[in-house]
Amino acid sequence: MGILDRFLRTARFSGGVHPDDHKRPAADAPLRVMPPPARLYVPLVQHIGSPARAVVAVGDHVRKGQRIGEPQGAVSAAIHAPTSGRVIAIGDIVAPHPSGLPVRGITIESDGRDEWCELEACDDPFALDPAEIGRRVARAGVVGLGGAAFPSAVKLSGGLGARVELLIINASECEPFLSCDDRLMRDRAAEAVDGIAIMLHATGAREARIGIEDNKPEAIAVMRAAVAGHARIRVEVIPTRYPMGSEKHLILVLTGREVPAEGRPSDIGVVVHNVGTAVAVRNAVRFGRPLVSRLVTVNGACVREPGNVEVPIGTLAGEVLAFCGGLRVDHGGPARLLLGGPMTGMQVPTLEVPVIKGTGGILVLDAAEVGEGDGGPCIRCGDCMRACPVGLLPLEIAARVRVGEVDKAAGFGLADCIACGCCAYVCPSRIPLVQYFHHAKGELAARTRGTQRNETIRTLTRAKAERLEREERDKAEALARRAAASLAAAAAAKQSAPVTEKVAEDANEESGVCA
Amino acid sequence: MLAAILSLTILGAVLGTVLGFANRFFQVEGNPLVEEIEALMPGSNCGQCGFPGCAGAAAAIAAGQASPACCPPGGRSLAVTIAQRLGVSVDLGGADDPGPLVAEIDESICIGCTRCIRACPTDAILGGPKQIHNVMRDSCSGCAQCIDQCPTEAMVMQPLPVTLQQWFWPKPALRG
Repeated sequence: MGILDRFLRTARFSGGVHPDDHKRPAADAPLRVMPPPARLYVPLVQHIGSPARAVVAVGDHVRKGQRIGEPQGAVSAAIHAPTSGRVIAIGDIVAPHPSGLPVRGITIESDGRDEWCELEACDDPFALDPAEIGRRVARAGVVGLGGAAFPSAVKLSGGLGARVELLIINASECEPFLSCDDRLMRDRAAEAVDGIAIMLHATGAREARIGIEDNKPEAIAVMRAAVAGHARIRVEVIPTRYPMGSEKHLILVLTGREVPAEGRPSDIGVVVHNVGTAVAVRNAVRFGRPLVSRLVTVNGACVREPGNVEVPIGTLAGEVLAFCGGLRVDHGGPARLLLGGPMTGMQVPTLEVPVIKGTGGILVLDAAEVGEGDGGPCIRCGDCMRACPVGLLPLEIAARVRVGEVDKAAGFGLADCIACGCCAYVCPSRIPLVQYFHHAKGELAARTRGTQRNETIRTLTRAKAERLEREERDKAEALARRAAASLAAAAAAKQSAPVTEKVAEDANEESGVCA
Repeated sequence: MLAAILSLTILGAVLGTVLGFANRFFQVEGNPLVEEIEALMPGSNCGQCGFPGCAGAAAAIAAGQASPACCPPGGRSLAVTIAQRLGVSVDLGGADDPGPLVAEIDESICIGCTRCIRACPTDAILGGPKQIHNVMRDSCSGCAQCIDQCPTEAMVMQPLPVTLQQWFWPKPALRG
């Protein structure tokens, strides 16, 4: 990569920040595989879309990889047993979410054997129809492992409609503290490239580009060696700057093209998948192995042995930390527990939350890393505006939200905010800007839901009123007919003539109405 | 006799014609704003606002005698929509607003009398005679008309539980 090229790529990207990345030494520690714990808590919704439906019952014996949750709806993902054992509960478990609210999930007690169920392997994935690859990926419950957890099959098999020209593999891993993609590439480069080749075949894209930030020289070297035999796959080194891993920014830097506001990458013929997803897709298609574990970075000043661990889905964060030597209590003790990175991750109230498919990291930060201090009012310095990678005016939006005018905030482009946290990171007054934006987005969504609800209720009210009216009318008509029929019958009896046919006809009509 | 019948008939015909014309020429047009607001309201005529039905509430809101936020089943979203339509600001009552209330049936007391089902303006209650009833939360308008119908007091109004999909961050507290 020439200096000019580097300059051009940096110039395409306006805004962004350079936080201290804290990736080492965790990134350099060898990968460890965690054995399944005694109990696994598997939520039925670990992805974007509708929750899965449990297809096992309490007391059932399940084997590793067995499907325990059936996807529901167009955008959903299957859930599989992460180890063999017995289902001991189906009900509420604490969600890995800042709210601490419950989520429906399946609790499995491990039998310690960790035996796989029968898997449907495939020797030559390139002979398969692209649609069949999509089906296999969907069956394996693979979701995007970069954090958003969007069902991969929907993106792979052209579920978004548009034709895909370019497949971009997101291996930039711009979040500080996280190194699971880095570790994955260093240790499993050949598997990742095989997965990317399968994805190329499935999407029908002409080429694949793997974007890796230049702060991961080891990963770049092994990935370059691994793609040597593949003409259509290239490794691209990109400058290190947060949020390079944001889909839209990665596309901009790699292709020079911009995804339209409120649009999707498929609008410009691009699809972006995380590098970890490529390995999951390979395992799903080649070996029929569902997504039952993932690499998790365990990091932060309070972790005794930081590093990357392959963790079965459903393992509690506390148990993963115990596997990594537990927590250090010197220098003030833990100040904050995060799932995911420090910029976009979720602060969780307890360690008793399970690792799910989208969990890239478990961070336990001390007070110095959290860096919380007294803030103040906005001094309108404009730093947030310069840091915003999507070109918004965070100070203006936050000012509107603060006084409750979320509609006006939306007018300043709130919908395009990617919640990367750059603005809050640079704010000298330490204003929790991202929380303002999350609140405003939630408030707008709640209003939309309320309006829809009111509309539904209006429709139902009208429907009931109409039904009552119709029933009333039908009853009156039936009454009139019956009266007429009995009159006719009386008249017929007087004449003592055979008129049974007419009466029978009326009776038929009447019973038809009543039914 | 004939004179009486004739005079009354003529009187009736003349007065009827006059009234007919008056109805056409002196007609008072309804306030279109009232109709527009009424169309936005839930229409279950529950009376929780203190006005005679949704039409009464709509008239009061249009006349400025009631707040756009007076409709509990409509909730915040309705208040905001109406306030926007009228170009007024609305006080949404701050953070302690429990949100919309929906009916809930205590299944251990329900005797399956179907009275609540008949009272429900949105057909949100499911069940049959001597079967336990249940409220479909998505369809319940929160009008509370079923509450007084229940002979065993099995029905209560409850705030809609917040789910993971609906939860969002509260507004950051202001710092001094």
